[in-house]
Amino acid sequence: MSAPLLQLRGVHTHIGAYHILHGVDLDVPEGEVTMLLGRNGAGKTTTLRTIMGLWPASQGSVSFRGEGLAGLPVPDVAQRGIAYVPENMGIFTDLTVQENMLLAARGARHAAQIDRARLDWIFGLFPALQKFWLYPAGKLSGGQKQMLAVARAIVEPRALLLIDEPSKGLAPSIIQNLIRAFGELKRQRSTILLVEQNFLMARALGDRVAVMDHGRVVHSGPMSELAADEAMQQRLLGLSLGVHQ
Amino acid sequence: MPNRLLERTLSHDLPRSRWLALLLVAIFVALALAPVMLPGSKALGVAAKMLVFILLVASYDLLLGYTGIVSFAHTMFFGIGAYGVAIASTRLGAGWASVGIGVALALAASLVLSLVIGLFSLRVKAIFFAMITLAVAAAFQTLASQLSDFTGGEDGLTFRNPEWLSPAFEAFGFDGRHFSYWLLFVVVTLVFLALLRMVNSPFGRVLQAIRENDFRAEALGYRVVVYRTLSNVVAALVATLAGALLALWLRYTGPDTTLSFEIMLDILLIVVIGGMGTLYGAVIGSVLFVLAQNYLQDLLRLAAGAVEGVPVLAAVLTPDRWLLWLGVLFVLSVYHFPTGIVGRLRAWSSR
Amino acid sequence: MTTPASTAAPAAAPAPVPKARFDWIPLALLGGLMAIGLPAIGSPSTWLALTVAGLAMGLIVFIIASGLTLVFGLMDVLNFGHGVFIALGAYIATTVLAAMSGFTASPLLGMNLVAVFAAMVAAMTLAGAVGWAFERVIVRPVYGLHLKQILITMGGMIVGEEIIKVIWGPLQIALPPPEALRGSVFIGDAAIEKLRLLAVVVGLAVFAAMGWVLARTKVGLLVRAGVQDREMVEALGYRVRRLFVGVFVTGSALAGLGGVLWGLYQQSVTPQIGAQVNVLIFIVIIIGGLGSTLGCFVGALLVGVLANYTGFLAPKVALFSTIGLMVAILLWRPRGLYPVTNR
Repeated sequence: MSAPLLQLRGVHTHIGAYHILHGVDLDVPEGEVTMLLGRNGAGKTTTLRTIMGLWPASQGSVSFRGEGLAGLPVPDVAQRGIAYVPENMGIFTDLTVQENMLLAARGARHAAQIDRARLDWIFGLFPALQKFWLYPAGKLSGGQKQMLAVARAIVEPRALLLIDEPSKGLAPSIIQNLIRAFGELKRQRSTILLVEQNFLMARALGDRVAVMDHGRVVHSGPMSELAADEAMQQRLLGLSLGVHQ
Repeated sequence: MPNRLLERTLSHDLPRSRWLALLLVAIFVALALAPVMLPGSKALGVAAKMLVFILLVASYDLLLGYTGIVSFAHTMFFGIGAYGVAIASTRLGAGWASVGIGVALALAASLVLSLVIGLFSLRVKAIFFAMITLAVAAAFQTLASQLSDFTGGEDGLTFRNPEWLSPAFEAFGFDGRHFSYWLLFVVVTLVFLALLRMVNSPFGRVLQAIRENDFRAEALGYRVVVYRTLSNVVAALVATLAGALLALWLRYTGPDTTLSFEIMLDILLIVVIGGMGTLYGAVIGSVLFVLAQNYLQDLLRLAAGAVEGVPVLAAVLTPDRWLLWLGVLFVLSVYHFPTGIVGRLRAWSSR
Repeated sequence: MTTPASTAAPAAAPAPVPKARFDWIPLALLGGLMAIGLPAIGSPSTWLALTVAGLAMGLIVFIIASGLTLVFGLMDVLNFGHGVFIALGAYIATTVLAAMSGFTASPLLGMNLVAVFAAMVAAMTLAGAVGWAFERVIVRPVYGLHLKQILITMGGMIVGEEIIKVIWGPLQIALPPPEALRGSVFIGDAAIEKLRLLAVVVGLAVFAAMGWVLARTKVGLLVRAGVQDREMVEALGYRVRRLFVGVFVTGSALAGLGGVLWGLYQQSVTPQIGAQVNVLIFIVIIIGGLGSTLGCFVGALLVGVLANYTGFLAPKVALFSTIGLMVAILLWRPRGLYPVTNR
């Protein structure tokens, strides 16, 4: 098995006086979707933010393609090909959909320079974005904003996508939309680390799964294994299939 | 061994540093005995200015050092106090009654103004508040210059003091000026001790909690707006009192003795260099500042004489540019001595 | 600014929803103020002269304040020492114009403009350079610490003013306008000072340039996005810190330019010129909404026009009218005319 694209070893993170991550070990293999599951407060968001450099790791190593990321300023982490979709989506509400996309397209100086083919593909996944192209992003609905947030992350090819709870607060039909979109990304062999509370979505998309509790990864393995074992689901997540949709 | 009475007078807020204690005692004694020890009236004037600034800056420290609020309107309250006494003495004739009325009205005006400013602006971010106070103080200064019928405009008001405080009055070998000085001394000492009591009380501790983390204080159940407003009001009232004292001393009030922006900057300089959040910093800082203001220029004159002819140095070491050096000291203090002189002294002592 | 950059919408798509409606109310407010002014002042020619004077003053204040509001919006840094760049610009103008007395004494407008232009360029360059140093030495160490920022930038201003006194002396220096720019132009009955027209022209040019950069370039887009959510812009891979230095330097340069115009407007400069204008610019950026260029623009014009009207109608109330305006606007829109969301 080749070395994982992203590897965390013994990562601790402190926020002020709070010790959130207590030695996280995580492997994210290339070309697969890894789900990061766990109860509220387990440290999933903190893990993503630590990888991104938004909250510095106080201990441990974060390596991406063999290179250490810990201590790098956030823009440098992003420039290595890592895209981040935060829990609050990070949409610039005063800017139009077009401007949001242009910002994410580092290689383009004007909207016309955004890769046309790629944009068409994105419009295929999320037609609403094409419809509201010149509209201020703040006026979009919650689901549309989420689509924009994901679209921003894929408008240029990225080596790794870090996505935090995309389905939170969304209607089931929109979630289906998202699952379809992520499915396509999967088919294109994108590497995704996806934090999700929605187990349905997790089961549909995940190749591998890591479960966190109290700031540590307490289980990791193939998704199929966890999906088949209801006792393990209860033990690790406090729930079983069908709940928490 | 500090005795119990002393401890209680200082509200258990001891200097905590041998040097600081020594300095404070020396300053206290020197200021108390100034009329006796110091020859000329200039020296006595310097001492009186020190007293007024001690009170003015201490009240500002309550606001900035203990509550964490930056306000540029402090000179406005200073001016209200001074003008209150001046206008009353001018319109109602000299005497204790007019002084009393003037002070009372000034305090009332400050109370209302500080309440309004506090409740209106303290809900907003600190930066908004700072800017708004800047604007209000500027407006007030303009107002004072323009209502010349009332305030004497640019020229200000000269007036006479109550009999015992007039220079002509003599008793026990001292004249009215000396008694004015001692009045200042007593009032400043008492009010300073009261402030010390206040910041060491539960109220003071809540203020400090708010300064550190206002979210948490609110979460703990303290109405942050109320405490901030109270702090603002107390600081304003004490500043008003300081202004009244200044007016009594100078027997004159004008826009530049109290309302000018330079004085606001002086207050900031003193409170930062002296040590924010200590109250004693106001004492040390004021004394040093007033000394510098009056005698640093002489020092610079000497230095200028030494480097005469040297191009850049000569221009920069002239006595007129003393504020430059103070400004540099101020900037350095904010970085490197955030706790000011008092903090430094205390840090040395605890080693 | 809220006007979005526009390129052609993608073809063969569901018809795109039109751009969001622009918020006209604050601009209408300005128009309303100007309209009320006419009957209040009485004579149309006086009204015209005062309005132009007001717009000129407002545009100068806008030039100075625009940098400050972007600096705050982008990096949460409030530079209480912004006034020092104004003073620097004004003093440099005195030196340059004095040195180019051949050009300023000439009755040809063209020659005069060359001298004024040279003064502006010199002022902007030097103020920008000092701004770069100011950011490095004074501001950078105190990012995120508002209290220290206020204190230290004030300290920086004190030191800066004193250094200006060292170089140019502490006394007032006259700044007489060049030959062809003295006096007034007559439109009908109204006497409109030429210097004010110059200020209007320059001010509008700056506004247009700034608007273009913000709305149509990627850098401008980055600034607008950064004002809203700096962290996300960094997460998208851009070094906001460098952007910030650029905005700070530009803001300082603009303040220098504003200083030149202010000095010409007042026809003299003193070292306190910075502190005097400071109050005005703070009022303006509060009115406009911290971080909003358009708000700053409208706010500055409102303040300028109102100050000139009240200066004519009731001179003693001038500064109060400005504060009254600020209070009134804050009661209506507590975060300013065009609040930047997410702040």
